[in-house]
Amino acid sequence: MQIAKLVDTFFDVQVMLQYLPKIVEGFFLTIQLALAVVFAGIACGLALALLRVARVKAVNFFIVLFADVLRALPPLVLIFIFYFALPPAGIRMSGFVATWLALALGLAAFAEEIFWAALLAVPKGQWEAARSTGLDFVKALRYVVLPQAVRITVPPLTNRTIAVTKGTALGAAVAVGEILYQAQSAYTFSYNPSTLTLGAIAYLVLFVPVVWFGRWVETRFAWKR
Amino acid sequence: MNDRPPILDVAELRKSFGHLEVLKGVDLQVRPRELVFIIGPSGSGKSTLLRCCNRLEEPTSGSIRVEGMDIMAPGVDINLVRRRIGMVFQSFNLYPHLNVLGNVTLALRKALNKPRAEAEEAGMQALARVGLANKAKAYPNELSGGQQQRVAIARALALEPTIMLFDEPTSALDPELVGSVLAVMREMRESGMTMVVVSHEMRFARSAADRVVFMDQGMILEQGQPEKLFNAPDHARLKQFISSIERH
Repeated sequence: MQIAKLVDTFFDVQVMLQYLPKIVEGFFLTIQLALAVVFAGIACGLALALLRVARVKAVNFFIVLFADVLRALPPLVLIFIFYFALPPAGIRMSGFVATWLALALGLAAFAEEIFWAALLAVPKGQWEAARSTGLDFVKALRYVVLPQAVRITVPPLTNRTIAVTKGTALGAAVAVGEILYQAQSAYTFSYNPSTLTLGAIAYLVLFVPVVWFGRWVETRFAWKR
Repeated sequence: MNDRPPILDVAELRKSFGHLEVLKGVDLQVRPRELVFIIGPSGSGKSTLLRCCNRLEEPTSGSIRVEGMDIMAPGVDINLVRRRIGMVFQSFNLYPHLNVLGNVTLALRKALNKPRAEAEEAGMQALARVGLANKAKAYPNELSGGQQQRVAIARALALEPTIMLFDEPTSALDPELVGSVLAVMREMRESGMTMVVVSHEMRFARSAADRVVFMDQGMILEQGQPEKLFNAPDHARLKQFISSIERH
C-alpha cells in the first residue's frame, strides 16, 4: 500500500511520459548552455592566466581582483544582477544570456586560478632550458611550459567544470527553459513530483557520463616526470 | 695556449641579488677550443657567473662579449646569442612531455624554423654523438640520469654552439653514471668544442682541463693549469678548498 503510493508519487509513468518531451527539450537546452559556459569560461580563464604570466603589475591587479570577486560571488546573485538590475541601466539580456554570462565568468575566474597555479608549478628549469636554446618567451611558454601546465590542470579543471555546468539549473530562476525549469513547470501543471524525478534522471543521464569522463581524464593525464 | 681572440670575454662582471653581491668584478677570457674548469665552494658565484654568460641572470654591471659581440648591448637579440651558447644544467631540465628526439629538435624547429625532416636529421646526429640514437623515441622518464644528461647535451649540441657552458653537469647523478657523461664531455673536448665547466669532478679537471679557475666569495682568486693549481696552489683559501675536497 505504502509502496504503491510512493511509486504513484515519484514514479508515475503516465505523468512522466506526458512531460517527457518537455524535459527532453530542457535537456538539450541545458547541453547548449553548458557547452557555451565551458568554452567561454575556460578560454577566458586561460587567456587571463597567460596575460598574468607577463607580470604587468597593473594588469595583474585587475586579474586577481576579477578572480577573487567572481569566485566569492554566488552565481545566482550574478544572474539576478544581469537579469534584473542591468535592464534599468539600459542593458537588457535574456535569461539564457544572463545565466551563460554569470556561469562563464565564474568558471573563467576559477579556470584562471587553476591555469595560473599550474603555470607556476612547472619548474623554473623548464623555462631556463627552453630560453637557453634561443626560444623566446612566447615560444618557451607555448611549446614547453603550457603543455606541461595544461596537463596539471586537467583534474582540477574537470571537477570545477562539472560543478559550474551543474549551475545551469540556476537558469530556472530567470525562466531559462532548461531541465529544472521544465521539470518545475511540469510539476505545477501536474501536481505530481514524478516530473521532478524525471528532471533528476535527466541530470543523471547528462552528468554521470561527464563525471566518468572526468575520472578517465584524470587517470589518462596522470604521468610521472 | 693560443692567441686567437677569446670566444667568451667577461670583464668587470658584477651581479647583486638585492643587497647581496654575488659577483664582485669577475674577469674571464675563454679562447677557442679551451676547456676552462671553474671550481670553488658553494656560494662562491660559479653558477651565477655561468648563468650571466647567456643572460639567464641579468648582470648588474660589467661587459660580456661572445665571439666579439657585446651581448649586454641594448638592442642585441639575446635569443640569437643563446643559440651560439649551449647550456647544460645540473638537473638536466629535459622536457617531460616530449620524447628524446622532440627534446633535441624543439629549438631547431621552433627557434631556427627548420623543417621537421632537417631538424630530425640534425637531432639524430647529435644523439648519435652522445651514444643515444637508439633512445630517440623514449621519454625522459624512461632514461637513467646519465642518459638524460647526455640527451640534454645533445639538445645543446644540435644547435651547433661555439661554446658550451656546463653547470655542475654530474652533481645530480649516481656515481656509476657520472663516467658516461664525462666520456661525452671528453669526446667534445677532443673534437675542439670550447667549454666552460662548473663542477666538482676534480679528477676530470686534472686530466681534461686546460685551465682551472678558483672562485671564492664572488671573485676569481687564482687560475692556471690544473697541475699548478692542484699541486702547488698559491692561495691559502685554495689549499684549504682542495684538501677539503680530496678528503673524500
